[in-house]
Amino acid sequence: MATIVREDQITRPTYHEITRDIAATIGSPSRSYYVLLGFVLVVLAVGVGALLYQVRFGLGVAGYQPPVMWGVYITTFVFWVGIAHSGTLISAILYLFRSAWRTAVYRTAEAMTVFAVMTAGLFPVIHVGRLWYAYWLFPYPNQRQLWVNFKSPLLWDVFAVSTYFTVSTLFLIVGLVPDIAALREKATGWRRKLYEVTSLGWRGTDQQWRHYTRAYLYLAALATPLVLSVHSVVSWDFAMSIVPGWHATIFAPYFVAGAIYSGVAMVVTLLVPLRKVFRVERYITVDHFENLAKLLLLTGMIVGYAYGIEYFMAWYSGSPYERASFWNRAFGDYWWATWTMILCNGVLPFFLFFRKVRRSIPAMFVLSLFVNLGMWFERFVIIVVSLSYEYEPYAMGHYTPTWVEWSILAGSFAWFFMWFLLFAKNFPTVSITEVKEIIPMPRKERVRT
Amino acid sequence: MSAHPGGILASYRFVDAAADAIRQLKAEGYRDFTVYTPVPNVEIARAIGHRASPVRLWTLIGGLTGCVSGFALTLWMSFDWPLVVGGKPIGSVIPYVVIAFELTILFGAGATILGLLFHTRKNRQTGAYDGRFTDDHIGIFVPCPSERHRAVEALLRSAGAEEVRVDA
Repeated sequence: MATIVREDQITRPTYHEITRDIAATIGSPSRSYYVLLGFVLVVLAVGVGALLYQVRFGLGVAGYQPPVMWGVYITTFVFWVGIAHSGTLISAILYLFRSAWRTAVYRTAEAMTVFAVMTAGLFPVIHVGRLWYAYWLFPYPNQRQLWVNFKSPLLWDVFAVSTYFTVSTLFLIVGLVPDIAALREKATGWRRKLYEVTSLGWRGTDQQWRHYTRAYLYLAALATPLVLSVHSVVSWDFAMSIVPGWHATIFAPYFVAGAIYSGVAMVVTLLVPLRKVFRVERYITVDHFENLAKLLLLTGMIVGYAYGIEYFMAWYSGSPYERASFWNRAFGDYWWATWTMILCNGVLPFFLFFRKVRRSIPAMFVLSLFVNLGMWFERFVIIVVSLSYEYEPYAMGHYTPTWVEWSILAGSFAWFFMWFLLFAKNFPTVSITEVKEIIPMPRKERVRT
Repeated sequence: MSAHPGGILASYRFVDAAADAIRQLKAEGYRDFTVYTPVPNVEIARAIGHRASPVRLWTLIGGLTGCVSGFALTLWMSFDWPLVVGGKPIGSVIPYVVIAFELTILFGAGATILGLLFHTRKNRQTGAYDGRFTDDHIGIFVPCPSERHRAVEALLRSAGAEEVRVDA
């Protein structure tokens, strides 16, 4: 049967091409993949070594110095929870808005969410020192008949982060099932067995889709308020205290915007090498980067505005402690951290007003690295600098992170990238089903035979 | 493969052809046929005419259970060992809203997944299948006794099936 297909159907990939191209990303990657994985494992070993050292010699090996008893670990916890947020934004919120461009990038963002929460979850445990008592965080019946303190934001965090991890993992797995079924038909060897089990008997029947589409919609609807709540709760870890620089009602929206901002930056950081290594340039295009850039611009401006408002409120409140705290941020011992944060998060995103920057992949990559750096420093400034300069001059102090903390921080990046690299090699990082969904199925009416 | 019903399996390239076939099958009185599609499709779903999935009820019940559990857990534990913390009442409902909210989402999502698994399993279709249906073809499997094979095959072909085979 000779078919003449319309021109727009030639430029768009067919369903078969989508399955073929994305299936080709799985399996034997290039040597650069293994070099990267090897490097990541070495860094991870350094981080694990530093952690074991801390376990052996106690928390004294970290640089804690009263009054700064929250340092790099809590900073890094907030950083990774923040990174997680854009995944759910792209996969759930943009799904509810029926935003078609999300389909090519959402899987990466969603996998990133799960791995970022897995990384974040380590840090409160590392921070408290005795890792083996981590289960004290959860309410469980015990000999002393004591329960946890539900009035503490720290406990809200336990519930928020563990819920977030569970729901985002379920969401990722549900999205993967039809894709794995598509791969199952092409895979061989142990991978075929893996896909046969993990596709849960998916065949794409009318009944399966009927329940699946509903379930997916409701998961998205549940994940949307969840993502907003998680970083709000994280922000209340600080805002509920009466530390100058923390006790502000702006904290929840400020943190949520910052979280999405840093998360989108991390998506860009991951997508740039990913599309090259796995040759999916046809699916993750410059248009996707431009849309991500617009998200970065929007959230970056909200973050920049929040910085301004923080300073304004410190002045306008008339509180000498607030004023002193913010003066100290800009011109005190940690001025370099504050100005790094302002430069990276408040100034550099303005370059995204230029279309050329938004559509230049190298520029976006570099910018995303700066945003990641700036957002880590934002949390450092909020946590460490505020704590170091509270009310009484005799109780002020200076905190300098030690090599143990820096090594564990580096190890956390390695832990995150290790999971991501392993995921990218064995599962589709671009959603086969959703990319197909935005391309209309062929119709005989449009084709002349 | 477990014992599955015999019948006719047709595959389609074009979505409107498959939708035509579904409408004709329904007009002829066939009800228990299976349609395989690589992606969810509105046209196919309309032609089949399923009612909305009952998974939503699971979500609702799960969410409400989570909300009630959240308040019950926090209040019961507070009063079980009444300890004044931070000068707040023993049972402080406002901070417990956070826990109740998180459990609403957690139980709601969990119940949605259980509902999805339950209903897809309950309506499991074990008819003939082809790997291309998760790639780029639409499949229709009509279980029927051998004496009806010719009629069903003719119907599926007339709607524009690319390939039709008998699956005994």
